[in-house]
Parts: sequence; structure tokens; C-alpha cells
Amino acid sequence: MKETPLSNCERRFLLRAIEEKKRLDGRQTYDYRNVKISFGTDYGCCIVELGKTRVLGQVSCELVSPKLNRATEGILFFNLELSQMAAPAFEPGRQSDLLVKLNRLLERCLRNSKCIDTESLCVVAGEKVWQIRVDLHLLNHDGNIIDAASIAAIVALCHFRRPDVSVQGDEVTLYTPEERDPVPLSIHHMPICVSFAFFQQGTYLLVDPNEREERVMDGLLVIAMNKHREICTIQSSGGIMLLKDQVLRCSKIAGVKVAEITELIQKALENDQKVRKEGGKFGFAESIANQRITAFKMEKAPIDTSDVEEKAEGIIAEAEPPAEVVSKPVLWTPGTAQIGEGIENSWGNLEDSEKEEEEGGDDEAIILDSIKMETGEVSDIGNQDAPIVLSDSEEEEMIILEPDKNPKKIRTQTVNTKQEKAPSKKPVKKRKKKRAAN
Amino acid sequence: MAEAVPVAAESFAGCRARAARTVLGQVVLPGDELLLPEQEDPEGPGGAGERPLRLNPGTRTRVRVVCGPGLRRCGNRLLVTKCGRLRHKESGSGGGVYWVDSQQKRYVPVKGDHVIGIVTAKSGDIFKVDVGGSEPASLSYLAFEGATKRNRPNVQVGDLIYGQFVVANKDMEPEMVCIDSCGRANGMGVIGQDGLLFKVTLGLIRKLLAPDCEIIQEVGKLYPLEIVFGMNGRIWVKAKTIQQTLILANILEACEHMTTDQRKQIFSRLAET
Repeated sequence: MKETPLSNCERRFLLRAIEEKKRLDGRQTYDYRNVKISFGTDYGCCIVELGKTRVLGQVSCELVSPKLNRATEGILFFNLELSQMAAPAFEPGRQSDLLVKLNRLLERCLRNSKCIDTESLCVVAGEKVWQIRVDLHLLNHDGNIIDAASIAAIVALCHFRRPDVSVQGDEVTLYTPEERDPVPLSIHHMPICVSFAFFQQGTYLLVDPNEREERVMDGLLVIAMNKHREICTIQSSGGIMLLKDQVLRCSKIAGVKVAEITELIQKALENDQKVRKEGGKFGFAESIANQRITAFKMEKAPIDTSDVEEKAEGIIAEAEPPAEVVSKPVLWTPGTAQIGEGIENSWGNLEDSEKEEEEGGDDEAIILDSIKMETGEVSDIGNQDAPIVLSDSEEEEMIILEPDKNPKKIRTQTVNTKQEKAPSKKPVKKRKKKRAAN
Repeated sequence: MAEAVPVAAESFAGCRARAARTVLGQVVLPGDELLLPEQEDPEGPGGAGERPLRLNPGTRTRVRVVCGPGLRRCGNRLLVTKCGRLRHKESGSGGGVYWVDSQQKRYVPVKGDHVIGIVTAKSGDIFKVDVGGSEPASLSYLAFEGATKRNRPNVQVGDLIYGQFVVANKDMEPEMVCIDSCGRANGMGVIGQDGLLFKVTLGLIRKLLAPDCEIIQEVGKLYPLEIVFGMNGRIWVKAKTIQQTLILANILEACEHMTTDQRKQIFSRLAET
């Protein structure tokens, strides 16, 4: 769909308003729109809102072989996408000039400023390095995409955790999040873009132009800076002549804005970390509120509880008494007894099984393989369940020894110990043994 | 917006059609099936009670029912195609009009609607006007008051036009005119060069254009102003100064999500300054 044209009266009004130092949304010349940062449930996912402009950032990683000329450096990849959802004028699957320009600027801002330590992403020099991919999606367009995208990219990178890796000789081991906590990327500094729009050949200047202001501006100056006031990128477009002190003034403003935004980002990251630790609702999940038509709702069913007690008593009185169970206690080993039916108790074998486990070590792998071959699917299922049901053989024993547990549960648990001895070892084996490719 | 709307539990059933009368003012979802009062099963629960006694129950009286936006007739069935609240307006003959009140920004041209368009091109004897629909509308240069072949209206690309649709259907290019059936402008035509154009949701426009809308009366007391509402969600407003125009635009935009009390409070605060 074609972009809505800008009418003459809008253009005239906007320019006149800017001359009078007024903006459509009531901001002052140097005011930034409100920045809001929210995180997803996974690491490396965030949504940044700059006024009505929204950008979703998602970081992912992959082990790849490095570039030939940079054998010890990880690879960073940035991709900004302008979806049609953001504005009807954006065409899907087409590299528009704007998109190319924004992607180029983002790469310059984040990759060329070396804000991320790419050497720390190397696993085996020349063979395996991490490729970090940052996907940015524009969800709504209300001007100043580049600022929102650069904030989203750096926030997502700061929030991201990659799986831990250890190298022993030729062997590279990749750990799942359950085994070892994922590690954050090492980030040297946070470059953030600040845009300045110029009107009437540079006479008037606005910070953070919105969509309509962008349409009537003559030129744009984007300064990427970190909180140490180091300029990472500077780009002027639109073909206007800027004076030296104009650029200097802009860089001063950018410094102030970047300091504010950096502080906000750090606060948001800390906040998210805290909430995650406490186990409360974090990320987008907290936005699912009640009292909305989109939320799930349970209807309250009224239950009459006035004469429940009498009823219950009546039922008890009428019911036949349960058949007498005569149970013979069976003595397995001194100090233990079993009452009623059940599978053969394994308490007596306790010491034996422990011995087995101790000497297990090398044999385990063989047992595991044979079982895998025999019952292909079953072992797979066990594999998934393993971390939940039986994470460690010690835990099982504790469950068995607990006196308060009802006999049924004990029974199932004991069955598990016997039958799933091999799968219970799974989580240890789950660690992917990756041999280096070459 | 934050009003808690009770969603009837039956909506999960989906397959069962509900009587339109019982869900009036409630949220309906696309795919819901509605039953008009005439179609309701007389033996069904509650159906018999509502039904007025007729002298000749054998013959059914035919009533005219109009399906408004968001509803579609599919053979004998009445289906909902938009999510929103089901509304109904009684008419003299009985049936009345049913429609779905939904929150939407995209405009679909409707015959007879008054809209604000932006001239995007002049080609030969027609102007192409962007109205926010899926394709631009055409506007003949003769469709202005007093326009003749010699006396062309002064319209430039980028100008704002307030006009009315005479042709609007899904298979044809929509066509606008700036005169009524008597050949009079009747307020339509090119809108002045000053003032501010902004977009709001279609629901807000309908609310503002309602016959006894309080917002407009209150806004009118604030500052002297000129204002044009287009059914396509565009509002053009002009006040004495830029500051006042900006305030008015922001107030109108904010009105959508304010309660009456909040609005009154803001208007009284503005009137003091």
C-alpha cells in the first residue's frame, strides 16, 4: 500500500510550529520521547518503545567456523526488518533505501565500534566461534527508527546469555542451561544513537523527530555515542550544510541523552535480573493482566454448602464399612517390614545397588547404548523426563526412606529405581559431546 | 477501554448460535453465529416467554432487518465478521439495524460518507484523492460548486478536500464529489491552507459526530475554532494560534480514552488558563 501523502497544510503547520518552538506532542526542542524497555521470558529478547515507535530485539547464537582472515574472532550479525505491520507503506521482502541505510548505520554503530568483545566469542581458534545474531523487528513506526533500534540491539545484547562451553584437549563440551548457568556476553560499552532533525537549512533543530517531523525535515544528523562521551558513529544525511559549532552542540546534547538512556537501560536490566531471581512475573508475562477481555477467566460456580455436614454424615452412616484387611507384616531385613501387597521391596538391596553405581563408571555408557538400541523411542522419552523425575540417584533413595509417604508412591518409585536405572543417568550423558569438526 | 466486559461463557461453545437479543452490548467475535428474534426456536428455553402472542400464528410477519458493519448474511445464517460490541437500533417497522461497534483505524469507503482526502495527482479532468482506503478515490473537476469546463476549481496537489462518496463498492474505484444533489457545495470543497490535519480512530470520529456529542460542545466553548471531521478518521482543526490548534488536536485525540469525569476536569483546567 502506498504511503499516506503529506498534505500542504500539515507541512505548513509543522514548519510554523517548529519556528514557534512547539512540537505536535507538546515536547520541547531537546526532549526525548519516553523510552520503555520490557523483556521477554527468554534471555536476549526485549521490546523497546520510544513513544509510539516499537522495536523488538531478539539475540540468538550459533557455533560456526570463523572467517578465514579472522580466525580468533566471533561473528556479529545485525538485521533490522521493517515489517508491514509497522506502517502500511513498508513492503515486505524488499530492501528499500531506508532499510539499507538503517542496517548499515546499525552495523557501524554496534560492530565497528567494537562494543562487544568478539575475541571472547572464540571457542577453538580457526575452528569454532560463536556467531551472535541480532534480529530487530520494527513493530510500529512513529519516526526515529534508528534510535529505537540501536537501544533495542544493545539492550538485547546485554540481556543475552550464551550457553557455557568448555574445551578439554580436542573435545568441546556444550552445557545446557540446567547444567551450567549461561554466560553473558562481554560488552565493553553501550553505543546509542541520537538523531537530530534540521529544518530550514539548519536554522532549527529537534531531537528525536517523530514520523511527521521526519517527513518535513531538511536533514538528519545521527550521532552514536557511549556514556564515556566517545563518538562511535556520526552520519549526516539529507544534504544540508552544518556549521562546526552546530555539530559540537549536537554532540554535547547527544552526550546528555546517551547518559540518561544508559542509566535507564542499566536500571531496566537490574530490575529484570532481580525479578527473575525472585521468581516473580517477568517479561511480557506481566502484561497479561486480569480484567481484560483477552485474559482467561474462570467463572465462579456457586455451591450450596449449607447442609454439607449433615449430608456427609448421612453418606458415611449409610455406607458399608470397608472390608477388613488382614495384613501380614513381612520382614525383609532387620529393621524393615512390608505390610500388604506390593512389589518386592528393594530396601535390602540398598547396599548392593550403591556398590553397582560406584563401580558403574565406565560400564554406564555401554548399558546406555544397549538400551538405546533396544528401545529407541522409549529411551528418548525417558531422556526428556529424566531431569524432572530422577535427577540423581541419591534423591530416589531419600524418597524411599521417607516414612510418611504412602505405600503406593513408594512402590512406583522403587519400580523406577529398578527399571530406569540407565535413563536416570541421562542428564549426565545429555551433555553433548562435540568433537571439533576437524 | 479498560471497562470490564463480561464475555459470555457460551462463546467458547462456538458452534451454537446465540440469540442476537441476548448478546446486545456484549462482545462478539468473528465466526460467532447470531439468531434474530424471528429465527429463535419457539420451543427453546426462554424463547416462548419473549414471543408476543399473535392472532394468526401460522403466518409469519416479515420484518426488515439491516445488517450493518461487522455482520454478514450467509444463507439463512447471520455471522459476525469483526470483534466488538453488538449494537442494535430499533426502527419503526420492527426489525431494526444490527451492527458491531469495533475499534479500527483502517477506513473502507462507504457510499454517502463525508471524508477528508488529500489530492495526490492531477490527471486530465480528474483528481486522484487519497482517503486512507485501499485505493485512491477519483474526483472530477466538474464536481465542485460552480465549476464549468472553463471555470476550473483551483486545486493543487497536496490540498485537502472535504467531499462525499457517490460510488463506493468493493469492485470499483471509489468516486467523490464536492457538491450535493442540488449542485450546492453545502460545506464541501477545498479546505483552507492553514490548520492541522491529524488522524484518529474511526470509532472516535463516530463518537464525535453523534448528534448530541458533549465533547464538541465543550471544545467549542474553549476557543473559537473551525473543525472538519471526515468519516475516514481524519480531523482538520484550525484555531486562532498554533498553540491553540495544538491543544485542540491533542485534546480530541486524548478524548478517546477518557471518562466523562476526566474530560470535564481537563476542560475546566484548560478554561482557567
